Amino acid sequence: MRAFDETFGLEPYGAAAVRPPYAEVARWLQGASGELLETRRRQAELFFRRIGITFAVYGDPDAQERLIPFDIVPRIISGREWTRLEEGLTQRVQALNMFLADVYGPRECIRAGVVPEELVLLNPQYCLPQVGRRPAKDVWVHIAGIDLVRTGPDEFFVLEDNARTPSGVSYMLENREVMLRLVPELIHEISTRGGLRPVETYPEQLLETLTSVAPVGCPGDPCLALMTPGIHNSAYYEHSFLADKLGVELVEGSDLFVHADILYMRTTEGPKRVDILYRRVDDEYLDPLVFRQDSALGVPGLVNAVHAGNLTVANAIGTGIADDKAIYSYMPAIVRFFTGRDPILHNVPTWRCREPEHLAYCLDNIHELVVKETDGSGGYGMLVGPHATRAEREVFAARVRANPQHYIAQPTLALSTCPTLTAAGIAPRHVDLRPFVLTGANGSRIIPGGLTRVALKEGSLVVNSSQGGGTKDTWVVDGPEPGEVSGGVRGPIDAEGPGGFD
Amino acid sequence: MLSRSASNLYWMGRYLERADFLCRLIDATVRLASLPASHGGAQPAWESAIRSAGVAWDFEQRNLPVEEANVGHFLTLDPENPSSIRRCLEAARANGRAVRTALTLETWEAVNGAFHEIQRFGNAPPDSSTLVRIADSIKATLLMFDGAAHRTQLREATYWFLRLGTTVERADNTARLLDVKYHLLLPRTEPVGGSLDYFQWTTLLRTVSALTAYRWVYRESVKPWLVADLLVFNRAMPRSLIACLEDAVWLLDQLAASRGRRGPANRIASTALRRLSATDIDTLFQGGLHEFLEEFLNENNNLGNAIAEQYLF
Repeated sequence: MRAFDETFGLEPYGAAAVRPPYAEVARWLQGASGELLETRRRQAELFFRRIGITFAVYGDPDAQERLIPFDIVPRIISGREWTRLEEGLTQRVQALNMFLADVYGPRECIRAGVVPEELVLLNPQYCLPQVGRRPAKDVWVHIAGIDLVRTGPDEFFVLEDNARTPSGVSYMLENREVMLRLVPELIHEISTRGGLRPVETYPEQLLETLTSVAPVGCPGDPCLALMTPGIHNSAYYEHSFLADKLGVELVEGSDLFVHADILYMRTTEGPKRVDILYRRVDDEYLDPLVFRQDSALGVPGLVNAVHAGNLTVANAIGTGIADDKAIYSYMPAIVRFFTGRDPILHNVPTWRCREPEHLAYCLDNIHELVVKETDGSGGYGMLVGPHATRAEREVFAARVRANPQHYIAQPTLALSTCPTLTAAGIAPRHVDLRPFVLTGANGSRIIPGGLTRVALKEGSLVVNSSQGGGTKDTWVVDGPEPGEVSGGVRGPIDAEGPGGFD
Repeated sequence: MLSRSASNLYWMGRYLERADFLCRLIDATVRLASLPASHGGAQPAWESAIRSAGVAWDFEQRNLPVEEANVGHFLTLDPENPSSIRRCLEAARANGRAVRTALTLETWEAVNGAFHEIQRFGNAPPDSSTLVRIADSIKATLLMFDGAAHRTQLREATYWFLRLGTTVERADNTARLLDVKYHLLLPRTEPVGGSLDYFQWTTLLRTVSALTAYRWVYRESVKPWLVADLLVFNRAMPRSLIACLEDAVWLLDQLAASRGRRGPANRIASTALRRLSATDIDTLFQGGLHEFLEEFLNENNNLGNAIAEQYLF
C-alpha cells in the first residue's frame, strides 16, 4: 500500500514533479543545506523551551515536562483544497450540533431509525441531567477539533470528531509564530505568489464566538473565564496560553463558587460574577453534586447555574455523546438526516463489532485492520493490525471477542506523507490534520490551518503526541492552482459500510 | 485579580526571599566556621546557622551530628527538608507557573532559571567549595529575578503582591537572625573587643549583606548595639525591620488605592510601623531585645495572616 505524498503525489519519492502548492517549499528545501536546516530546528526547539511550551505525559515520571518535537518543514494545503474542507467541516459541525439538540430534545433521529436507540440512551456518554435542556442559542459544540486524514489528492476523511475539550490550538498559533521567525524568506516568497493565510486571529474569533452565546440571565457585559484542572494537567500550558491571549482569568475549581445559582470567582476585590465559562475540564469533574462526588476539581452547584440560565459552559455539558466512537460510524447518516445533503467529508469505513457480521469480518481480517476501543483516546487501547505481531493480534482479538460492543475496526489507511526533517535528512513521514471549528450564535468559522501532527518514526501511523508524534505548521496557501487536479474535485465516495472503500 | 493568583505571587516572593537569605547564611557560616577553633570553631557556627534558619527542630529529627556536611546539605540541596534552598526554589517556580500569565517573560525565565540552576548541583551532600558555589550562583540568579521583576513587571497588583511576600519574609528573616544572636548584641559594661565576638558580628552583618553598609553609616569599628540599631532602626538599610515595615505599609497602600479598600492588614502594618518609629535602641534594650524580637515575629506573623484573609487567599 503506497501512501499519497503531499509533495510528490503517488510517484516514488523525489522522482515526480512537485505538486504546485509545495513548489516554493521544495525550492527552499533544495537550496537549504542540511546544516542550515539543523540550525533552524535547534532554534525552534530553543524558542519552545524558552516560552515554556511543554506537554506532560501521564505515567512517565521522568518526562513530566517534555517538548513536543516540532518539524520545520510546513504542511501545505492549497486555498482551493481548503475551501472544500471548510464546507465539509462546517456541515459536519452543524450536524453534530443538531444531533445533540435532537438527542437531548425530541429524539427524532432515533425515531427515524438513523441511530439505534440503545446506542444513544444507554451510552455512558449520554448525559441524563441535560435531557430536555437547551444551551444558549442552541449551540452545543462551540469549539470542535475534527481530525482529518488524507489518502489522495482529493480524498480527505474524518478520522475522529472531538466535541468535548479539544486541545492543540496553542501549537497551531505557536508553530506559526516560530515559522515567521525562522523562515521569513520562504514566507515572503510565498506572499509574492498569492499568500499564506494568517491564523493569529484565532483568539479574537474565539472571544467573539463565546461572547455571542452569553446566557439569558447575563446582566451586562458578559464576564468570561477559562477553567483548567490545574498545573498538573497535560494541556496546562495551552490553558494558560489561551487565557492570556483572550485576556480572561484562568480559574480552577477552587477559585469558583456558586451562590443563588450564580457562578462567582474569588478575586482580591471580592466575588466577581462569571457568565461564560470556557472549561477545559471534563464533564464528570465539573460539579460534584451532579457528577463524580469524589472530585475536588469542580464547583458544587455549577450545573444548577447553567440550568437557571445564568451561565454558559463551553462546550456544553453532554457533548461526549456526539464524538463517541460508537456513534461515529453513523455520522454519514446523521449528516444526511440533519443537513439534508450528502456529507462532503467522508467517514473512514467502520465495522461495528457489536454487529455479528462486522465482528466476524473484523476477526477474520484483524491483520489488516485498525481496531479501536470505543471509549479509548490518545492512541491508547488500539491495535494497528499490520504493525502488530501475531501474538499481539491474538491477545487483542480475544479482548474484542469477549466484549465486542466496545470495539470498532477500520481499514489501515495509507495516511498521506509530508517531507520531514529527520536524522537522515528530509524524508516522508505520515501526517494528519486537526482544524478547529468555532460555532457561535452566528454560525461556524474556521481558522485557515490547524494542527498537523506527524508520526516521526519511519513508517509509523500513530501521530499522537503522547506516543512520540510531533507537530508541523499548517499553511493554507493561495496561489496559482495546480494543473494536475484541474479536472475538478471528485464526487463523494460512499464510505459508510464494509467494502465501500477502495 | 484572582485571589489564588495573588496568593501564588505572594508566596513566590516569600520563597525566593527565603532562598536568598539561606544563600547568604551559608556563605557567612562557611566563613565563620573556617576560623581556628580558638575563635569558636565550626560546630557552633553551624549550630547557629540552623537556628537562624528556624529549622532547629526539623534538623534534630535527623539525629545527625551538627557539622558542615550535614547542615550544609540540609539547608541547600536536601529534597526532604521543606525549607532547603532547593525546595524553596521548587515551590517558587510552582507558584510562578500557576500565575505564568501574570509574569513577564523575563521574570518567568529568571524563576525558571533559578530552579534549573539548583537542579544542576544534584542531590548529594556538597563539600565546602560546592556550598559556596551554590550560594554564589543562586544569589546571582535571584538578583537576576529582582532585576527582571523591577525592570519589566507592570507596577500593579501583580508586582505589589510579589513584593509584599518578599517584604514579609525579609522582616521575618532579619528578626530571626537577630534573635539567635541577641546575646551578642547586648550592651556590656566591660570593654568589648574579644576577636571571637568581632567575627560573630561581622558574620551577622555579612548574612544581611550589610558589612560595608555598617561602615558607611557609622564610620567606626563594629559595636554590637550599633549592629542592632542598623538592623532594626535604619530606614536606609533595606533589610532592617523598620524598612521592611515601611515597604509593607507602602505596598498595602498601593493595593488599597487600586482596589479602593483598606483592611486589617493595612492597620496592622501601620500600627507596627508607628510603634517602631516611636522607639529607639536604648528603650528597646531596656525592655529586652529578645522580648522585642519575639513580639515582632508575632506581629509579622499576624500581618501575614491578615493579608491572606483580606485578599481571600
